[in-house]
Parts: sequence; structure tokens; C-alpha cells
Amino acid sequence: MQRLTVPLLLLATLAGLVLAAKLGWIDLYVQTTLMFLCINIIMATSLNLINGYMGEFSCGHAGFMAVGAYVSSLLSVALFTSSATFGEPLLPPSLALLGLPLCLLAGGVAAALAGLLVAFPSFRTRGDYLAIITLAANYIIISLVENLDVIGGARGFMGMKKVLNNMEEVAGLPWMVIWTFVGTVFCVWILQRYIRSSMGKGVMAVCQDEIAAEIMSVNTNQVKLTAFLLSSGLAGVAGGLFAHVVGYVNPQAFNILKSTEAMVMVYLGGMGSLTGSILSAGLMTVLLEVLRPLQIIKWVAIPLLLIILMQFRPEGIMGNRELGDLFPKLKKYYRFK
Amino acid sequence: MALLDIKDLSIRFGGLIAVSDFSTSFEGGELNGLIGPNGAGKTTVFNMVSGFYQPTGGAIVFDGTRVGKLKPHKVTALGISRTFQNIRLWHELTVLDNIRVSQYSRLGYNLWDCFLRTKNYLGREADIDRAAFAILEALDLDRFAAEYPKNLPYGLQRKVEIARALSTRPKLLLLDEPAAGLNSSDVDGLIKLIRFIHKEFKLTIWMIEHQMTVVMSLCEWIKVIDFGRTIAEGAPEAIQQNPEVIKAYLGDGTI
Ligand SMILES: Nc1ncnc2c1ncn2[C@@H]1O[C@H](COP(=O)(O)OP(=O)(O)OP(=O)(O)O)[C@@H](O)[C@H]1O
Ligand SMILES: [Mg+2]
Repeated sequence: MQRLTVPLLLLATLAGLVLAAKLGWIDLYVQTTLMFLCINIIMATSLNLINGYMGEFSCGHAGFMAVGAYVSSLLSVALFTSSATFGEPLLPPSLALLGLPLCLLAGGVAAALAGLLVAFPSFRTRGDYLAIITLAANYIIISLVENLDVIGGARGFMGMKKVLNNMEEVAGLPWMVIWTFVGTVFCVWILQRYIRSSMGKGVMAVCQDEIAAEIMSVNTNQVKLTAFLLSSGLAGVAGGLFAHVVGYVNPQAFNILKSTEAMVMVYLGGMGSLTGSILSAGLMTVLLEVLRPLQIIKWVAIPLLLIILMQFRPEGIMGNRELGDLFPKLKKYYRFK
Repeated sequence: MALLDIKDLSIRFGGLIAVSDFSTSFEGGELNGLIGPNGAGKTTVFNMVSGFYQPTGGAIVFDGTRVGKLKPHKVTALGISRTFQNIRLWHELTVLDNIRVSQYSRLGYNLWDCFLRTKNYLGREADIDRAAFAILEALDLDRFAAEYPKNLPYGLQRKVEIARALSTRPKLLLLDEPAAGLNSSDVDGLIKLIRFIHKEFKLTIWMIEHQMTVVMSLCEWIKVIDFGRTIAEGAPEAIQQNPEVIKAYLGDGTI
């Protein structure tokens, strides 16, 4: 029973969402906000692996999101739609239903490879210097996209809505709601499996004392490589989902401001707590929506919030604790493995 | 073949020759000491043997493998483990996790096993847990498995660090001033502990120590270095009488 609680709850939530969307109980705006919430969860939890668990300071997370967004969009548009860029679809458009998750995964793999841009320097550099490298990686990726006119350059790239239309023609369900939800569960699941394993604990050992870790037989380069690839790969999945939810992408959507958003979520929720990142992703998504009328002023309000938080609760909402640490009694009722 | 063979080991930091022409050899099973005044280069020797510093001259051969250019985690996997002069535990990981992570070279599963929780993964993790508890029990630390090292008294932290070093399954254990910062009753316990692990784990132990009671009651053979150079070696009683050693420790009176 304990084993089934989490999967059943997740399944019920998904079914509820799909039903509510299908019957029109929640409109497109609410659906989109919920999907942004999910995407923010992936961004926050995956960045937490680096900035929280490993104690590095990556400030270019959105760059990897961009790679995932572009690669998965280019793939899905080329494979399943007729477009000005790629001409006739390479595969039957109805296959998009099954093809989209594969495109998203491909975007994740591409983003993971882009993560090498940071992973290799991390072998020799730490702290401030590595932070600058992550910033540079963010800029390199965006500039590269902006200068690639074939994929729209600075104007951006679109056509993903057609992919969604194809999917809905096959079966009239809110497919992006489903895939975003599934993607989020997938990301959090593998992250926490990694974090809980003896292998993943190596990340925390590197964070706390890298020299001791290396001398106590931990292959620290392997740990860093794994953490950076995993983190950037998941950001890529988030990017792919984002691109397909919005229907179009442009490089400036993934600039340093977006990276900052992810960082704020990590520090707000607590470094080294997946539960914290999930909570703060929820809080941030709602805040961003509520403050939307303030437009650019929201970027005064949110950093201000961060300053206040750092003053009074520097460890974030959850510190490095998880749900089960906070409510040990709950552990009797669920198992999340 | 010797377990550890060090020949003419030297290292310089800029203009400073921290260790010069250091040689020693272990057949296996010894419990030897390395002593010398502050800044003599003792820790530097250990740092070279554990692969953390690259020697600028000489050779270290462990169990038939040249150690000099290997990364530290490889050296540890070969069978050399150590503790640190200033305790370097991972204070935000539990004692048990400290012991688990130190088995990294023997994980025996990959990332996919971890994601998919394969049979291999579950089996290996169970092995890691069993090995961890075996060591903690042997050192009477199992009560503290769930504690964070930072919350333990200093003496226990030293013990946990020894347990962590053992969890890499060393053939050679390097102890860098294990008695530093301990009170006299802790020191008695430490002497018993080192004797116990030497016998129980069939280890070769090489220790740096300033407290003479520890050195004299444990070590079979002692090397003394000063300013990076070996100035004496011998059995404990002989070392205590050696005029060179006394001079190095007390100064020769001329300024
Ligand atoms: N990484 C380094 N860079 C420069 N100099 C170093 C480095 N490591 C050690 N030294 C120098 O080498 C000399 C030997 O240092 P070491 O730490 O080996 O001494 P020690 O014998 O362990 O002394 P103690 O008893 O105080 O621990 C010292 O002069 C020290 O300053
Ligand atoms: Mg020293």
C-alpha cells in the first residue's frame, strides 16, 4: 500500500487535470500556468543538484534550457509538420503523439552535451571562476542561436503549435498538460534516485570537502561530470516542454534573467532540498502571475523578497530537509523511491 | 616484493625543498612511525604517497604499481587510505553516509542501474550497507550511524575518520597525528584502537605522531625527518636516545 501511495496520487492528479481541462473547468490560462509551474519545478530541482547539493554556483542554467527548447522544437517541427524551414514532414504527422516525448528526450540529450561546456572546466575550476564560466556558457548558447538565421536567429522559431494540433487530431486530449506532468514526475524521480544513492551522495561529499572526497576514493571528476550532465540535460527537457507549451521560442527568453529565476527558486526553497525546490517553484509561479500587471517592476519585487529571505532565513524555506524529515509520521503512508 | 617502496622521494614548492631524498620500505604488516618537528615535511610525505602531491623526484611503488602520477582516488582504490591531521569528515553527511561514500571505488553499478533501481543496484547498495555497518560495529560506532559528525565529540570524530579510512579497504593505512587534540583518556583508547585495527584488519600502518607515549607504545620502527631530510631511524628506544633527534626537537642551543 505504502508503495502505491505516490503513484496513485500522481495518477489521480493527472487524471483530474486532464478531466478538468477536457470539461472546461480550468481554462487555458490556468492550464498554461500549471504547465509553467511544472517546468519551473524541473528547472529548480535540476539546478539544485549543482547549486544546492554540489555547492557550485551555476548562473547559466537557462542556456541549457535553450538548447533543449531549440533541438526538440526543430526536431518535432521537421519530423511532424510541413514548415517553411524544413518543407514536408519527414514522418506521418499523426506519429507526433508518440514522437514528441522522444523529441523532448533528444533535446535533453543535446542540452546534456552542451553541459560539457561547463563540466570540463569544473574539473579544474571552482567557485567564482566556475560561476563566470557558467555565465559565459549561457551567453555563448544564446549568441549562437541568435546568429543562426536558418532557425530564425533573434526573431525566434515557431511551428510547434502545429505539432500539438496534429496530436489533438489523433486524440482530443490536452497533450501538453499530460507530457509536462509526466516530464516533471520523471525528472524529480530520477533526480531523487540519484541523490539518495551512494553514488549521488558523492556529490555532497564533493560539496563539503572535495579533497577529502578524492582521497577517500571518490572519482570527483566523474561526480562533477555526472552532476552537470544530469542537471543540464533535465534543464533541456524543461526547455523542450516550455517551447511546446508556448508554441514558439526566441533566444532572449533564455537569457540571464531566466537563469536568475531558477536560482531564486533554488535559494528560496532551500539548497539541497527537492521538496523545497518544488514548493518554491509553486510559490514563484504564482507570484510571477500575480505580479504580472506590475510588468518589469516584478523584477524589483522578487529580488527584494530574496533579500528579505536571505536576511531572516538564509537556509531557504526547507533548508536541506525533505518532506519526510519534516513530517516523519507521513513516512508511514508513502514511499517515494 | 615489498608492499610499499619509496626511493629518493623529493618535492619542492618554489624555492622550498619540503622533502628531499626520502626512502623507506614496507614488507607488509608493520606498524611504523614518522616523526619530526613542526614543518619537517611529514604530512607532505603522506600527501605524496596518497597521490595528492606529485613528487618532483624519486619513486613510489605500491604493490607493484607506480603511484607518482595516479590520481588520489586511484591510489586509494589500489589500497592506500589515510586520515588527516585536521579532521576532514563530511560534516553534513551522516556517519553512515560518510562510510558509504568512501566505498565509491567499489560501487559496482552505473547511473542507469541507479535510475532504474536494477537488481544489481539494490544488491550492491545492500553490500555497501552491510560493509558499512560491519566497520561501524567493529569500532563500536554503530550507535552513531545516524549522527552528523559535527555533532560528535572530537575524540569520536577522530574514530569516525579512521572508520571511514578503513571503509576503502586499505592494505596500507596512513594516520596523520591521530592523537592530536585528544585528552589523555582518549589517547589510551586510541592506542588500543590502533592496536586492534592493526591486528583485526591485518593492516600495515604508518603513522605520524607528536605524542611520544603513542609513538613509543605502538611503533616498531621509526623514521625521523627534519627540514625534509631523514636524520635518524631505528627502534623506539634507540630513537629516544639519539642525539641528532634530541637536537632537532630541542634545538642545539646555539642561535
Ligand atoms: N602546498 C604547499 N605549498 C607550499 N609549501 C608547502 C605546501 N605544503 C607544505 N608546504 C611546506 O612544506 C613544509 C612541510 O610541511 P608539512 O605540512 O609536511 O609539515 P609537517 O611535518 O606535517 O608539520 P606539522 O607537524 O606541523 O604537521 C612546510 O614548510 C610547509 O609550509
Ligand atoms: Mg603535518
